[in-house]
Formats: sequence, C-alpha cells, structure tokens
Amino acid sequence: MAEPQPKPRELPYVAAITEGVRTVMQEQPDAFVAGEDVAEAGGVYGYYNGILKEFGPDRVFDTPISEEGIVGLGVGAAATGCRPIIDVMFMDFMGECMDEIANQLAKMRYMFGGRATLPVTILSMAGAGASLAAQHSQSLEAWICHLPGLKVVMACTPYDAKGLIISAARDDNPVIVVLNKMSLAMMGPVPEESYTVPIGEANLVRSGSNYTIISYGRMVHEALAAATQLEKLGIDAEVIDLRSLQPLDSDAIVASVKKTHRAMIVHEAVRFGGFGGEITAQIQELAFDYLDAPVARVGAPFSPVPFSPVLEATYVPNADRIVAEAKQQLGL
Amino acid sequence: MSSEITDDILLDIHRRMVRIRTFEERAGKMMEDGKIPGALHLYVGQEAIASAVMVHLSNEDYITGTHRGHGHLIAKGGEFTYMFAELYGKATGYCKGKGGSMHISNLDLGMLGANGIVGGGPPIAMGAAFSCKFRKTKNVSISFFGDGASNEGAFHEAANMAALYKLPCVFICENNGYGEYTPQANHQAIVDVADRAPGYGMPGVVVDGMDAVAVYEAAGEAIARAREGGGPTLLECKTYRYYDHVGVRGMGLSYRTDEEVEQWRLKDPIVNFEARLAEQGVLSPEAAQAIHEEVLKEVEAGIEFAEASPDPDPAAVTEDVYA
Ligand SMILES: Cc1ncc(C[n+]2csc(CCOP(=O)(O)OP(=O)(O)O)c2C)c(N)n1
Ligand SMILES: [Mg+2]
Repeated sequence: MAEPQPKPRELPYVAAITEGVRTVMQEQPDAFVAGEDVAEAGGVYGYYNGILKEFGPDRVFDTPISEEGIVGLGVGAAATGCRPIIDVMFMDFMGECMDEIANQLAKMRYMFGGRATLPVTILSMAGAGASLAAQHSQSLEAWICHLPGLKVVMACTPYDAKGLIISAARDDNPVIVVLNKMSLAMMGPVPEESYTVPIGEANLVRSGSNYTIISYGRMVHEALAAATQLEKLGIDAEVIDLRSLQPLDSDAIVASVKKTHRAMIVHEAVRFGGFGGEITAQIQELAFDYLDAPVARVGAPFSPVPFSPVLEATYVPNADRIVAEAKQQLGL
Repeated sequence: MSSEITDDILLDIHRRMVRIRTFEERAGKMMEDGKIPGALHLYVGQEAIASAVMVHLSNEDYITGTHRGHGHLIAKGGEFTYMFAELYGKATGYCKGKGGSMHISNLDLGMLGANGIVGGGPPIAMGAAFSCKFRKTKNVSISFFGDGASNEGAFHEAANMAALYKLPCVFICENNGYGEYTPQANHQAIVDVADRAPGYGMPGVVVDGMDAVAVYEAAGEAIARAREGGGPTLLECKTYRYYDHVGVRGMGLSYRTDEEVEQWRLKDPIVNFEARLAEQGVLSPEAAQAIHEEVLKEVEAGIEFAEASPDPDPAAVTEDVYA
C-alpha cells in the first residue's frame, strides 16, 4: 500500500508574502525592511506581521511618509553593501518616488560603468476592485518595464509570491515585485522551506492546442476561467502566466503561438500603451508566419480607475470580456 | 482679537462643526455596515479646524483637502445630498461617482479636492494661490494637510515656492499626532511642524486645534496677511482623530491607548464650544439640541437622496477623461 501523500500546506497569499520576507531576512544578514507602517503595524495589509518581532527594530523600521526618501534610502544603502527590502505601499505611489526608481535605481549601475550593484527589492500593491478609486488601484507595470536596469515580476499565487520575493532578494539587480491587493485572501500551496521561482521564466498554467492566452498578475485567474468557457466553443486554450515581465520569456510565448496559431494578451492595466503591446509586437516579429488571426488584447479602457462599483466593474477586465474578445477575434 | 468674533460667527462655526460630526458619524457607520464602498477616513475630532478656517472664506477662495477630506468640503458648504451620493458612487454625486470619498470635490465651492495622495494638496493649493495673484483677485488658497504629509517632499517644495513668490497661501497642518499608525515621534524629529516655517521664510504658528475660537483667530490673521499680499503662513493645529485611520474601528491595531483617546475627547471641540456658547448666552443647550436634530434630518435627507439616485451609466467610464 502506498504511503498516503500528506496534503501540501496551504497559505493565503498575504501569509505567503510574509513568509517570503521572513525567509529573506533569515537568509540575508544584510537585508532590512523599510517602509510606511511596515514595522509596528505589520503593513496596512498585514503582510509584515511578526517581521519586526522576529528581526528587531534595527532591521525592520517604519519610515516617514516620504516615498522618494524611502526608495532613495534603498538605493544608497544597496550601493554601499546592504540588501534593502523597500515597501511602496500602493503602486500608485510610484509617482512620488519615480525619480529614485527611474533615474537613480534603474540607471546607477550603467552610469557608473557597471561598478555599482543595487540589490534592492521593492514590494508594491497593484490592482483595482476594492472601490479605492483613481489613486489606489492602478496597474502601472508599463511604467517600470520601460526602464532598462530594473527587473519586474508579478505574483498571481501564494506560491509565486513567496518564491518570487526570495528570488528578487537574491538577485543582484533591482527587482520590483508587484503584488495584487485583491488576491490577499487567495489560498494556495506554499512549501515551508525556502525556494525560488526563477525570474525570467514564464509558467504554463494550462496547456491547450489551438489558442494561447498570455497574462500575468491577477488576470491569470480570469484567463483560466475564460479558458474553461472557451472549451464550449471548441477552443482549447493554453494559459501562460508570464510571472516576469522584465526579463520577458519570449521563447515561451513564441513556442506556444507556433503551436496554437492564435493568441490573446490579457492584463488589468490600461490597454493603450500597456505591456500587451510589447508582447504583440514580439509575436508578430518572431512568429508572424504562424499566426492564423490578429493578436487580441484585453485590458482596461483608457480612463483612470473609477470609484463607483458599477463603473469599476465595467472597467476591470474579467473572464466574460476575455471570451467576448476571443469570439470577436475569431469571428465566432 | 476675540472681541472681533460676533455671535453670528460663533453660531456659524458651531453649525459647521455639527454638520461635519453628524455626517461623519453616520458615514462611518454606513461604511462599516458595508453600505458605502471603499475606504472612508473620518474627520471626527478635528471639526474645529475646517469650520473655524472656512468662516473666513468665500466660494472664490480655494482649499485643498486630504484623504480625510469630508470635513473640509462640508465646512466649505458641501451639501449632504451630493456628498452622500458621491460616497455611494451614484451618478448624482459631486463627482458623478467617479471620485468617491478620497477625491470628493466641488469647484463651485472652491474645493479643489480631497486627495488620495498624501502631500498631493499643498502644491495644488500653492498653484491656486499663484492663480489668485496672477489674476489679481483678492482671494486666498488654503492647503490642509496632516503631520504625516509634512514629511513629503511635495509639501516642502510648495512651501518654499509660496514663500518665494509671496503667494496668498496658508498651509494648515492638522497635526493629529499620527500618520496612519505611526506616532509623530516616530516619523519626525520635531514636535511642532510649525518650526519648519522659518526655514522657508514664513511665519509658523501653533494653535490648539480643538479650540474653534483659537483657530478662528490664528487663521484670520494668516488669511488677512495673505489677502493683503504679505505671503504665506504655516499654521499648525494640534488635534486628534477619534476613530481609526480608516473607518471607525478600522484595523483594530493597538497603536494608541484608550486613555489617550479619552483624554483628547475631554477637549471635544463641539462639547466645549457649546458649553462656552451657553455660558455666553449665545446658544442655549436646547437651541443647540435643535441644531443637532435639524442637521440629523439633513443627513437623513442626504442618504435618502443618495439611495434614490441612479448608478452611473457604465458607458460613463470613459467620459470626462478629456475636455
Ligand atoms: C503618497 C502617499 N503615501 C502614502 C499613502 C498612504 N496613506 C494614506 S493616509 C496616510 C497617513 C497620513 O497621515 P497624515 O498626513 O498625518 O494625515 P492623517 O491621516 O493623520 O489625517 C498614509 C501613509 C498615501 N495615500 N499617499
Ligand atoms: Mg496625522
């Protein structure tokens, strides 16, 4: 008789973030956590709960509300031997610290002729759906993917949240880990030990034969739900979770499109000028002859995130919109 | 200066405070009951500041608020109907349901918005003050911001520019002792935010923000100076928020003690003000009670209006992006 397999431990996304940070703090004596209300309060979403208690106030501290200063602290500390974990509470607040991110953090190594190393990990919350309106709901990954020198990853499961945070902190480059506030309660298997999710490798989360949906972040779950609906239309969709936007796993995208011949990109961010445009361009550059239909893109309409729940529901892409877009794309 | 305060002004301040308190108590409860979506930052405890400042202003004078911004709009003349409708996300709200609590605004009243960005207001207020000067009006622009916001670079740049250009601007720091869950002592190495004023070349004044008369006098002086071309002032009002950072109970963190809250409640801006008005024979307890009841009816009517109002048309999502 086979040994009964123990059920893998499940954790909510929020606790997986905590465990990722804890693991990094245990493994790296030069790591510290800085941000607004990360220490005493454990973070506004609670994902630093217990970190102060375990590692003490020298390594875990609350900062003033000074995002430019906080990221600058990370840049200066990293350039001189620390491995900072910097919390930018909401991704929208990248506006406040964009100079430090875009002009300092991303470029310092290059400007210094490769002589500086900036192992900064920035954690930040993106995502609409909680009626937090235009300045607390945005998905701004396109801003930061346009900056050579940065790595950008997005976690859609508890497993990826922990593994990507550990990878980010081990990386000698600045890595921005974009988390999603609507996923915090999501449960999923998370190993207790330390592990990494490789940065730069996409994850095939559903395999299929005649359609490819490329997504990342929370929209991966909508893409999966859409794939189930599409089965009824005879579409056997494969779903790729990019996980890492920079570097981008173009090989995985191209291999899938060469197999399925039809592709759609889904992201929560505004469609116009969004990261989907880059992927679309790469598909037509690298797999033009394999395409049986134009590449489709699903993203938010060209407006700020509205407050009203009714408007927000229209705004945020979902499985139904993905299916509708696929039907239109394929003339079904 | 207190001799300048007429009974009418005292009554005006009182009504504004009661309107804020009554609105906020109800709105906070509704948020916690799930009737209002999103996050509300309540102004309860800080009513004296917005109320006593705003009696100096007309609709042509500008203000910028904060995430804790309902009180600013109410004191500037905001109507409960359109405010509740906005908090509900209805088409009839001040912002057609697009802004919600954190972006509530009304330009007709000179209210340039609450703000979801801490420190977002001061530069805008400075710009509006520039506009007053540029267009040669006699109007002023007031920026409300918190102790936490006083650590944002944006505030410092705005303060410097306002002083440099001698703009009709008043920076009013509502120092409630906390930025979210972090006490002031853990976010800045000073006790009085007003100490920063000399560094920009403007006067810094500290006042008891629980005392409407004190705020009225200090703000009056700063606003008069600004109107006359004397440049900006940094006015710090020491105050307290009774409820959690977000909502009433909020996250339930133990970052401050019940005793501390109780101590501050003893200084309640409305209770003490009413005692004073009764003593001075300006407003009897019965008359005060009647005002509370009247305002409560206004709140009920506002909620009724909001609930009866239509949701925005989904197609409105892409409207109002451009002129
Ligand atoms: C740029 C920016 N950083 C952080 C936040 C998150 N946040 C919202 S309110 C707040 C505290 C603000 O403290 P203070 O200015 O003292 O105002 P109070 O809440 O006490 O009224 C913080 C950190 C934000 N909204 N914007
Ligand atoms: Mg404060």
